[in-house]
Amino acid sequence: MSQLVFDPTKVMPIDHTKRTEYLDGLAAIKADRKVLKEITYTPSLPDKGYNNRSLYVNVDTLEITEKPVTQQMKDVFIGGRGFGLFHLWNAVKPTTRWNDPENEIIISPGPVAGMTQYAGTGKSLVVSLSPQTDIPIDSNVGGYFGPLLKFSGFDALELQGKANKDVILFIDGVKGIIRVEEAPVGPVDSHVLGEVLTHLYAEDEADLPNISVVSTGAAAEHSLIGMLNFSFYDRRRKCVRFKQAGRGGIGTVFRDKRIRALVVRGPKVAGDLNHPADPKTIAKTGIKYHKEIRENDPHQCMMRRNGTAHIVEIMDAYDLLPVHNFQYGSHPDVHRIDSSYWQQRCTQVTVDGCWYGCSMACAKGADGLILQTGPYKGDMVTVDGPEYENAAGLGSNCGVFDPDYLLELNFYCDTYGICTITYGTLTAFVMECYQRGILDKQRTGGLEMTWGNAEADLEMMHQMARGEGFGKIAGMGVKKMKEYFIRNGYGDPQLINDIGMENKGLEYSQYMSKESLAQQGGYALTNKGPQHDEAWLIFMDMVNKQLPTFEDKAEALYYFPLFRTWFGLNGFCKLPWNDVVPSDNASQPEPQKVPEHVQNYVDLFSATTGIQIDKEELIRQSAKVYNFQRVFNIRMGKGLRLHDAAPYRSLGPVTKEEYESRAERYDQQIVTEMGLDPKGKSTEEKMALHREWRTGRFSQLMDAVYTRRGWTLDGVPTLARLQELGLDAFPEVVAVVKQHL
Amino acid sequence: MILVNEEPLAWQVGMTVRDILRAKNYRFPMLIIHVNDTLIPKQDYDTTVVPDEAVVKVIHLISGG
Repeated sequence: MSQLVFDPTKVMPIDHTKRTEYLDGLAAIKADRKVLKEITYTPSLPDKGYNNRSLYVNVDTLEITEKPVTQQMKDVFIGGRGFGLFHLWNAVKPTTRWNDPENEIIISPGPVAGMTQYAGTGKSLVVSLSPQTDIPIDSNVGGYFGPLLKFSGFDALELQGKANKDVILFIDGVKGIIRVEEAPVGPVDSHVLGEVLTHLYAEDEADLPNISVVSTGAAAEHSLIGMLNFSFYDRRRKCVRFKQAGRGGIGTVFRDKRIRALVVRGPKVAGDLNHPADPKTIAKTGIKYHKEIRENDPHQCMMRRNGTAHIVEIMDAYDLLPVHNFQYGSHPDVHRIDSSYWQQRCTQVTVDGCWYGCSMACAKGADGLILQTGPYKGDMVTVDGPEYENAAGLGSNCGVFDPDYLLELNFYCDTYGICTITYGTLTAFVMECYQRGILDKQRTGGLEMTWGNAEADLEMMHQMARGEGFGKIAGMGVKKMKEYFIRNGYGDPQLINDIGMENKGLEYSQYMSKESLAQQGGYALTNKGPQHDEAWLIFMDMVNKQLPTFEDKAEALYYFPLFRTWFGLNGFCKLPWNDVVPSDNASQPEPQKVPEHVQNYVDLFSATTGIQIDKEELIRQSAKVYNFQRVFNIRMGKGLRLHDAAPYRSLGPVTKEEYESRAERYDQQIVTEMGLDPKGKSTEEKMALHREWRTGRFSQLMDAVYTRRGWTLDGVPTLARLQELGLDAFPEVVAVVKQHL
Repeated sequence: MILVNEEPLAWQVGMTVRDILRAKNYRFPMLIIHVNDTLIPKQDYDTTVVPDEAVVKVIHLISGG
C-alpha cells in the first residue's frame, strides 16, 4: 500500500489563461435578438430555504406562470428530485412518451442548496421522462444555475411544450424579468454557446459570475443520450466551465423542445441568501467540516488535488476498473490515465469547486488541449476533469489509454451534449461487438471499432453530432442497439443481450459488479437505472465481507439508496459525505455511514428550514420520494421485477476468455460456493455452473431486497408501506398500486 | 496462517499490518483495521506486529461515485 504523493515540480507548464475565444459574433447576436414574450415579476429570496413558488414556462404557448409550492409539497417531496417527480407526475399521463409536448423538464435545487458555509451545496436535480427508459430520470448536477434560480425567486422551473423554432429562456432575477427569445442563428455546442450567452446577458465583467447557462449540443439533437451542461464562471481562468446533468437523455428532450438554452441572472451570491432559521449552527457545522477537509484530505482521498480520478488506480488494484466492456477489472496501461498523470496534466490554479464555499473543491481543469479532430480541430480548449467515470468509461472500458485522446473524447462529449458515462459504455459495447464479429467494417460504415482506436471512436462521436452514419445508430444507446443488431441478424441474440450493459434502457456506470452481489443489486434494483448514485457497496460486500447474508445485503440496499436519495432532495453533492471522514470515524459505530457527517446533514437541514429532524426522519423523507418514484415507474408501464433484470455481464463471466482470465477465482467458487469439484470439467461446463449459481442468487437477492423495502415479490410497494409513508394521501398513487396487488 | 477479511494469508514472523496491506494490494487510503478486535491507528501500521492465527479485519470505507 502506498499513497500517491503530489510533486508540484512535475506539473506541466501550461498557461491556464490561454484558450480559443468564441466571442466574434457577439455584437451581431446582440443586434439580432427577437423577444417572443416578456413578463415582469417580483424577485424574492428564500425564507428558510424556500421561496414557496415555482416557475412554469410552456415554450410552445409561451405561457409563463408562477405556481405555489404548497405545504404538502414540502412535507412529502422536500424539494429537488422530489419536486421534479411531483411536477412530472401531474404533467404526464401513463401514455406520455419523452417526445410528447406534455413531457416536462424540471430543475429544482432543494431547500438547502445555495448554502455557502458547507461543502457540496450547489446542486440541482433535473427530472424528465427519459428517451432511453420511458420512465422518470433524475440527474444531479453542479454549476450555478439551480442556486441562482432559487435566489431569483423560484424553488423549481418547469418546462413544458415544444417550440416551433429554437428559443432561449432568460430569467433576470435582479430586474424581475422573464423573457422567451428566439434563439439567434449560431452556436449550439455548449463550449461556444455557454461563453457567448454568458457575455451576452451579463451587464458587465463583474456580472459574469452571476450568469449561468443551461445548454446541450449538436449530438443531443440526433441521439437519445443527450445531456445538459450547467455553467459556472471561472474567475481565475476567466472562462465558462460546465457541470453535467448526464444520465438518461434529458438533453435530447431539451432539444426536442427546441430549447437552445436557459439563462439565469441572479443576485451576487452571499452567505445568507437562504435566510436560514439558525445561521449559527450552519456556520459552526461548516467551520468544523472545513477544518476536517484541510487536515484530513491530504492523507485520505486527496480530493482537492485529484478529484474523483483518485480511484482510477484503486479500482484497477482491486480488479474493479471496467476494461473492454466490463470483461476485465484491470489493465497494465492504466498508469497512463490514473491520477499520477492527471496531477501533472491538470492546471491547479487554486482550489477549484463548482459552487461557492465548497472546500472539497474536486473540480479540475486540463488547460491547453489542442483538438486534433472534428469541427473545432486546432482550437485550444480547457477540459473539465477527467473525473473517474470519464477516465474509466471513455478510457479503460474502451481500451483508450492515450490521455490526450481521452481528454478530446471528454471535451467533445461535453460540448456535443452527450453523457460521458453512457457514451463510454455504449462504445465499449460497440467495440466488443466488433471484436466478436457482430459488427464489421461494412456494418459500421468503415469505422474500425477495435479496442483503443480513439480516432474511430471520435469519428463515431462526430457522426453522432452530425446525425449520420453508424454514429446515429450508436446514439440510440445500448438497449436499442441490441434490438437493432438482433433484428438485423447480426449475431447470437443471447450473446448480444449478455454483453450489452444496460438495465431499464440506461447504460451501466463504470464499476465492475461481477464479484459483488450487493452491487449487482445496487445497480439493477434502482429506480432510474444502473447509476452508482444509489448505492456503492462493492468494498463492503466483496472486499470487507461485511454483508454475508441476503438479509445483510438487503439492509444495505434499503439504507444507502434512501440515504443518498436525500442528497437529491436538498441540493447536496454526495462527495463531501464520504470522500473525507473525521479523524475519529474509525471508533464510531457503523463507520461506513460516517455518522458525524450524517449528523451534519441533519443539523444543516434543521438549521435551514427550521424543521427539526433526526437521522431516522432523514431516511423517512427519502423513503416517501423513493417509493413515489417506484410507483411512478409502474404507472408508466415499468417498475416491476422483470424490469429490474440485469445483463449477465454484470453478474458473471459471459465468455470463455473472461472465465479463463480469472479461472483460479471462478474454479475456487465452484468448490466453496457450489460444493462441487471443477476438475475434469470443461470451461463451458464450469461457465454453465456459474450462470445457474449467479442468476439464482441474484433472484434470491431481489426477494430479500423487495421484502426489506416493503414491496411485493413483483417489486410493487404494498398498501401498508404507502400508508406508513403517508403516500395514501394521493389517491392516484394508491390506484396505480392496487392494479398490481 | 492468519485470516484477513475471512481469507487465509500465510503468516510470517514479524509480519506487520503494513506487510498485510502490501500482500493483499490494499491501496485504498481510508481503511479501518482491527487485529483480533483491537483497532490499529493508521500511524501504527508500520510497527504493529500481527501474531500467528490472528483475525484481521480491513474495513474499506465506501468509495465510488
